[in-house]
Amino acid sequence: MNDNQRDWEVHPPYSYPPYASTVLRAPAKPLIPIKHSLSELTGPVYGHESLGKYDNDLTKNGIRNGEPLGERIVVSGQVLDQYGRPVRNTLVEIWQANAAGRYIHKVDQHNAPLDPNFFGGGRCVTDNEGNYTFFTIKPGAYPWGNHPNAWRPNHIHFSLFGSNITSRLVTQMYFPGDPLLAYDPIYQGVPEKGRELLISSFDLSLTQPDFALGYRFNIVLRGDKATPFENQ
Amino acid sequence: MSYIQTPSQTVGPYFAYGLSPVQYLYDHSSVATGMVRTPQTQGQPITIVGRVLDGEGKPIPDALIEIWQADAQGNYNPQDSDFKGFGRFGTGPDVHNRFIFQTIKPGAVQGQAPHITVVVFMRGLLVHAYTRLYFSDENTANAQDPVLQTVPSDRIATLIAQRQETGEGIVYQWDIVMQGEGETVFFDV
Ligand SMILES: [Fe+3]
Repeated sequence: MNDNQRDWEVHPPYSYPPYASTVLRAPAKPLIPIKHSLSELTGPVYGHESLGKYDNDLTKNGIRNGEPLGERIVVSGQVLDQYGRPVRNTLVEIWQANAAGRYIHKVDQHNAPLDPNFFGGGRCVTDNEGNYTFFTIKPGAYPWGNHPNAWRPNHIHFSLFGSNITSRLVTQMYFPGDPLLAYDPIYQGVPEKGRELLISSFDLSLTQPDFALGYRFNIVLRGDKATPFENQ
Repeated sequence: MSYIQTPSQTVGPYFAYGLSPVQYLYDHSSVATGMVRTPQTQGQPITIVGRVLDGEGKPIPDALIEIWQADAQGNYNPQDSDFKGFGRFGTGPDVHNRFIFQTIKPGAVQGQAPHITVVVFMRGLLVHAYTRLYFSDENTANAQDPVLQTVPSDRIATLIAQRQETGEGIVYQWDIVMQGEGETVFFDV
């Protein structure tokens, strides 16, 4: 195994019956390995030209007639590859529920209120050290139909590209101390070794006085051995 | 120094306004859509159409499909081109829950048959799935493709999109079967 393959000791399995939607959707046959030399060694590149002015500020990008409701937060972190190298200029996309636990998505039927001033989607590009920052509203928990009295923990959905198609990652960031994590099959589907990596940490140094609490969420993407190490 | 990869999580059912807002008619721009080519893109214009089917053969209405391909000369991300080679399409808006990509046929890449890398995301997939689309009119190249040669012969057909000539041009038809009879080959990339 190449050491930059998907690490199945931390990624969840396809089939995880406690998460009911996996039952009819998980591939049942074993995956067929592709030799790394044959997989695509490049990936789509999106830079600052893809961004609008308030794309990384969800406290502003949905405003119609006032401020969005809820607790303002700063979510920031560094994107590294598994060899510890910063992943520069890579697109980070997020989407989330509002403070009441409601998505603007048309399929979301939860009867919590929509916020006319909160859209819930954003994107940014990492800087030269691999850092990203979003300003947003802390998302609320929301119920879902997986099992009786099922609630998703507070979370923000993340999507990243990294250097090529193999480093593509879609994940979710959670918040420290959330009691719902213990009951959430989506989170629990991650092997124990990986779970803590999905929980952001409160960070006073990111917290902006009189404005917003700061949470740090660092992200590690699969490495790309084809890219030479820089300081060597 | 090595770090542990951040684990994958499902894209969930509500990705549309984050990842594909234009297609789902939200008031926000999209970085990519199903229109992969521009009028200036060189190469044979093609349309790729298909559905994503679950273990009961039902079309999945909340899948997100991404494609990544070379240009007509077999190059990825050429500097001098406006062709990004990347498309993204959700299966919600179409009445038949199809994905539809308008692109160009890729050239052969480094000894491989022309192909498109396809990434599948959906509620119920805790990790996205990788597959490949090959072309039914490339039998000779397909027979020599090093990746197809690793696929059991009775499953190769799941990776071949069927060429049709229609009034709207060349269409390749290709369904993705997540599970069971005719299950599409997924790769550990
Ligand atoms: Fe969610």
